[in-house]
Amino acid sequence: MKLFKFNGGVKPETNKDASTALPIATLPLPGRLTVPLHQSIGGTPRPLVRTGQRVLKGERIGAADGNVSAAIHAPTSGTIVALEPAVMPHPSGLSALCAIIAPDGEDAWAPVNPVDVRALSGGELRDYLRDAGVVGMGGAVFPSHLKLNPGRQGKVQTLVINGAECEPYITCDDMLMRERPDSIVRGTMLMAQVLGAERILVGIEDNKPEAIAAMEAASRGTPIRVLAVPTRYPAGGAKQLIRVLTGIEVPHGKRSTDFGVQCFNVGTACAVHEALDFGRPLISRIVTVAGNVSTPRNFEVLFGTPMAEVVRTALPRPDTNRYVMGGPMMGFPMPAYGVPVVKATNCILVASDHLFPPPPPEMPCIRCGECAKACPADLAPFELYWFARAHNYGKAQEYHLFDCIECGCCAYVCPSHIPLVDYYRYAKSEIWARERDKDAADQARTRFEFRNERQDREKREKAEKLAAKAAETKAKLAEEATGAPPADGDDPKKALIAAALERARQQKAAVEPKNTDDLPAAIQAEIGEIDARRQAAMPAEPPA
Amino acid sequence: MFSSPFVRKPTSVQSVMLTVLLALLPGIAAYVWHFGAGILVQIFIATAAALATEWGFLRLRGKPTALYLSDLSAVVTAWLIALTFPPLVPWWLIALASILAVGVVKHLYGGLGQNPFNPAMAAYCLMIVSYPALMSQWPAAGHLDFATQWDLIAGGVRDLDAITGATPLDALRTALREAASPSSPNHALNASTLMDGPAFGLAGGQGWEWVALGYLAGGLFLMHRGVITWHIPCAFLGALAAISLLMWGLRPDHFASPLFHIASGGSLLGAFFILTDPVSGATTPRGKLFFAGGAALMTLMIRDFGAYPDGVAFATLIMNLCVPLIDMKTQPAVFGHKQD
Ligand code: SF4
Ligand code: SF4
Repeated sequence: MKLFKFNGGVKPETNKDASTALPIATLPLPGRLTVPLHQSIGGTPRPLVRTGQRVLKGERIGAADGNVSAAIHAPTSGTIVALEPAVMPHPSGLSALCAIIAPDGEDAWAPVNPVDVRALSGGELRDYLRDAGVVGMGGAVFPSHLKLNPGRQGKVQTLVINGAECEPYITCDDMLMRERPDSIVRGTMLMAQVLGAERILVGIEDNKPEAIAAMEAASRGTPIRVLAVPTRYPAGGAKQLIRVLTGIEVPHGKRSTDFGVQCFNVGTACAVHEALDFGRPLISRIVTVAGNVSTPRNFEVLFGTPMAEVVRTALPRPDTNRYVMGGPMMGFPMPAYGVPVVKATNCILVASDHLFPPPPPEMPCIRCGECAKACPADLAPFELYWFARAHNYGKAQEYHLFDCIECGCCAYVCPSHIPLVDYYRYAKSEIWARERDKDAADQARTRFEFRNERQDREKREKAEKLAAKAAETKAKLAEEATGAPPADGDDPKKALIAAALERARQQKAAVEPKNTDDLPAAIQAEIGEIDARRQAAMPAEPPA
Repeated sequence: MFSSPFVRKPTSVQSVMLTVLLALLPGIAAYVWHFGAGILVQIFIATAAALATEWGFLRLRGKPTALYLSDLSAVVTAWLIALTFPPLVPWWLIALASILAVGVVKHLYGGLGQNPFNPAMAAYCLMIVSYPALMSQWPAAGHLDFATQWDLIAGGVRDLDAITGATPLDALRTALREAASPSSPNHALNASTLMDGPAFGLAGGQGWEWVALGYLAGGLFLMHRGVITWHIPCAFLGALAAISLLMWGLRPDHFASPLFHIASGGSLLGAFFILTDPVSGATTPRGKLFFAGGAALMTLMIRDFGAYPDGVAFATLIMNLCVPLIDMKTQPAVFGHKQD
């Protein structure tokens, strides 16, 4: 089959051999598990357990919060000793709610209920996967059930399974494909069935011949096609892999399903199989431990296991000074050694200054264009850098800042050692912060205007009432003075009615004029949509 | 701050500049072979002046001197000045040019990476405007010994006839003017006959064609190492050949052949080492084509119709001015936005 190419990319030292020498190992049960409730994109699951409660392995301890969320389960049997915030595996070092579990050592499963895909409707199946906590295992942890929506019939023709694993050091997908290819194939077939996809492509970088062979053997007799793609970082980026396998370029902000393609990681396929065929929710994953350790290796790790405990098994060298979650190109430094392994932890990269020396001093950009040559998104990274530095965020967006996937290729090749990606991360966060500020300001202005109008109206109404009363009194006085009955007895009442009518008219006028009212219907609809989206995106503000 | 990527390609501004210097060596070797070791003295003077100026301005601007001096960018500028200037100009002219290039054209505009103009070419233009006579004394190949060269560089009395052989471009211009006048014995001879004279060597001019070949070799090396892309050299030489072929085809008695244009003057040095200066040149692939094509057109216009013997320097500056516009208008389509 003809493969396509994406521009740019780099070829860093892969460093994958060391951690593939030994089979996947299982860790002994840790003394304590710190299971964060929020481990995927979307809402934070609601805790379903109390402190002191006994839980079984695989028991749901956090229920998905809305549809964009995924459930959380107890990775082993034991007792919930606390529900409290703990430091998250995130560079910010912020804490979030975790269930702290003291294992009882029995590792006793809760009753499992495997399902037959054919017996379930699409909605039921998606709910099932959501409640089994299945999320993307490539590191993005997007809830998988949301991606398994076929939409209109025949919309998704192609299912892409990502086994490219392009980041240096990481080998968890490689080992999974070598050791459990049948599970992956089974999960893939289940997903293809749900999506109604006819073309099923598995992309694996050609530096993993064992994985390719294993997957080919396992998919014999199925419609799955296993394809070796050239080894070039970031070939495992979803967009890049889709491009290489199908020739389709999915632009920023568009869904791949709009182009008839859906993409999952091999680990996700495995998780889908486990959930549907065995009723086992997602409670563990394969984690590569590599870098500054004596025996780099892959481990099957229960979520909530402290990273330090996993690393200890791989014998870290004494000069270790931090952990990185993920690979050396896109990984994040961890705020502590004891942070838990979560669904997104594909690799714990053990770092030292010797292995990953701090970059040489930053020099000015010489516009050499190396970064542009290396950028897989076809951006002009040095232009973005100039704009970001100058806080010219409008220009940065014009030059497609948000198409940047933060792959790090540009910073990798820059002869001036400029930490380019940091500039983009900063610029993006600044832009988001400004948008939030602007939205907040818009709301404040609306509130202010509303209040002004209300005060005006109240003043006006008061004045009118006073005027009416004065008129009434005056009429009464006149009546008393003349002693004659008024010719038109309900005059003051009439005045009151007229005043009320006038008020209503004014109110109507105040409500009506809007500069958007004269626009064509299509644009009005768009404005309505944008408003609705903004409302949805904005958390409810406390009333002024 | 500790953030990804944690691995980096082993590269630096210094290694890029060092590669450029290495790539200049074959051209310099041919230069020495055909025109004597005087050029080495000039390279030394230019380098010393450029580094001293760089150091002074770095101190003034409070920048780390060791870090920036060792990036070698000032050395590249110095070498280009020495190689584009007539080889036997007095030392102070080369020194002054290097000081201006590094001090004014580079540092006053913000230092490394900030200068809109190519420093070496800006210095060349300043000097040819200020010292037109000195800047047009080109020696013929190999008839001056090193002692004489040294003496001239040191500021000795200049016996013009003894040193200058006129550049091939100059010689051609003069000869063509002469041929055009009815009173001249050479009247009605065309360019190709005129170019059979001893000043003209095999292609460009006696000895210069070998220097040009040296630059070509160095340029190919730079391309091979990925320091420069094919766009600028190919577009510049291609456009130079195409336009001069057109003119030569129309009026062979008036205009020189494409081969002559490519092999003489600063064409190859310009194509591979000057127009490719990343700081002052266009950066997008398409932009590079426009940039270099425009430079070729300008070069020919100046050579054929202008008052100066070679046009690469002025053409470079003019095109430098257009770079922001060119870059802006030629941004490539980004991933996923290619069809529209
Ligand atoms: S690689 Fe670095 S020095 Fe070169 S253009 Fe990009 S940012 Fe500038
Ligand atoms: S980090 Fe962004 S700008 Fe840099 S190479 Fe990757 S996509 Fe391009």
